[in-house]
Amino acid sequence: MMENPRGVSTTVLGADEIILNMGPQHPSTHGVLRIKLKLDGERVISSECTIGYLHRGVEKIGENRTYPQFAPYVDRTDYVAAVSNGLGYCQAVEMLLGAEAPPRARWVRTILTELQRLASHLLWLGTHALDIGAMTPLFYTFREREEILKIFEKYCGARLTTHAFRIGGLQYETYDGFEEDVKAFTRDFDKRIDEYEELLTENRIWLERTRDVGVLTAEDAIAMGATGPVLRGSGVRWDIRKAMPYAAYDQFEFTIPVGERGDVYDRYLVRLEEMRQSRRIVLQAVDSIPEGPVLARVGKVIKPPPGEVYHSIEAPKGELGYYIVSDGTTQPYRLRIRPPSFVNLQALDRMVRGALIADVVAVIGTLDIVLGEVDR
Amino acid sequence: MTDEQKKEERKADQPAAAPPGEGKPPAAVPAKPAAPRPPARPQPPQPEPLDNELVRRLRTRFGEAIGEATSDRAQAIVEVAAERLLEVCGYLKQEEKFDFLTDLTAVDWYERDKRFDVILNLYSFPHNQRLRLKVPVNETCPSVTAVWATANWLERECFDMFGIVFEGHPDLKRILMPDEWKGYPLRKDYDILRQDEEWVRENLGIKSGQ
Repeated sequence: MMENPRGVSTTVLGADEIILNMGPQHPSTHGVLRIKLKLDGERVISSECTIGYLHRGVEKIGENRTYPQFAPYVDRTDYVAAVSNGLGYCQAVEMLLGAEAPPRARWVRTILTELQRLASHLLWLGTHALDIGAMTPLFYTFREREEILKIFEKYCGARLTTHAFRIGGLQYETYDGFEEDVKAFTRDFDKRIDEYEELLTENRIWLERTRDVGVLTAEDAIAMGATGPVLRGSGVRWDIRKAMPYAAYDQFEFTIPVGERGDVYDRYLVRLEEMRQSRRIVLQAVDSIPEGPVLARVGKVIKPPPGEVYHSIEAPKGELGYYIVSDGTTQPYRLRIRPPSFVNLQALDRMVRGALIADVVAVIGTLDIVLGEVDR
Repeated sequence: MTDEQKKEERKADQPAAAPPGEGKPPAAVPAKPAAPRPPARPQPPQPEPLDNELVRRLRTRFGEAIGEATSDRAQAIVEVAAERLLEVCGYLKQEEKFDFLTDLTAVDWYERDKRFDVILNLYSFPHNQRLRLKVPVNETCPSVTAVWATANWLERECFDMFGIVFEGHPDLKRILMPDEWKGYPLRKDYDILRQDEEWVRENLGIKSGQ
């Protein structure tokens, strides 16, 4: 490292080394991620991520809005999993208040959140395969994702930034025919997953591109704070839905899939199995929605007593946490979002060292990051 | 519950609202029948002192360095002095198996003598247990990157947003804001509309980003 006259440090390169700039407008970086790759030929020596292009100061906005006013903002962090974000936020504020959503609301929340996980994983599968060169899965997965978004639209009027939940439960009762719609979609969904598997799982090109690529050992995954499918792909059987159940997850049977080698292929298998398990949860939940009110008595003005809480949920990308400090007013004193994408992205450097440039694309895809959440 | 009862309850939920006399003659407020009061909302758990095995072990080992221990909403919070933070963290990771740093952030208490609380959210896979460390500091705090590698970016973000310098961090620089930006956006004295005018003018070529 050397200091140039402007005080900016520069890197001295070896004779065979070059620096390659990837992004921020590269299509396979899934948004505005910039990676500075130090290369020896086509091998990656090291990498450095530059992020923040999408930074909007969501946490600062949170301190300047009332609790209910801020709820739509969380939809815009991980904008392909808005329902999950809303669930985490509403539950965190409920914990601050000492309130709990009524059973019916918890069931509906579970169904919508699992559908959101499916939608998020479908988007991931389509784009990840597209990055690696398989174009067909994208059309298949978007076909199914559309059905989920239609259910969201019928339920709350929005497809992406849904703002589906309210502090204390749900604002809307389910619409007539909600159960039938959900059942009609989930009933045959495992056959759809079989279709994706037919295209990819034993596809030789897919195997060549993903086997033993971007390996992350279990120790490294824990050290780097990885959560969600990235952690499970490395063989750690840990899922917040099981470890610290919330909503109605303790009522349903499902298993946590794990990988063995911690490579891109294992994470692919883990996410596919997660989709099957999500389908299981939805089918169990939709048959047992209890009757009753959908909104707890939290009052018109949300004014949590002073104190603090950290609450996290298993979002499609990993552990999504909200740390809220209340000073007894209608606005949070401090609102911190623990974003899974941001922390998972940190592991990228370890996963690409020694790999080829083309593998970097596969690794970005397998991390399943959303830059809106990385930058907040 | 019948619909009638529900309606009653909803009515009772309204605060004895609409103070009479706001342009309305008091007579317009109908005399309410004395509805049965709905059950009071459960009181939220108040923060209370925490004294469990773990806290006792920490106190015997580190004495003065362990400050107040509280339980807020059934979550364990332990205050740790910055001087011995690294030792405490090393012990927690090795002996108490808090092998996972979930989150690291800060809270700005701008009127306090030690202005910031650095917050570490720990998790233990073997015990399925969380622990929150609170480290009161004044703009400098020891870095825990040597204990948990994941602290690297989290501390950078904390430095970026609050201006807390983490001593011993391998590469402490801004992460979300532009490198040359002046000011720390999440501090309480940084207004939400404020920005680094000079940076915006020079780099975006506009007078104001608003």
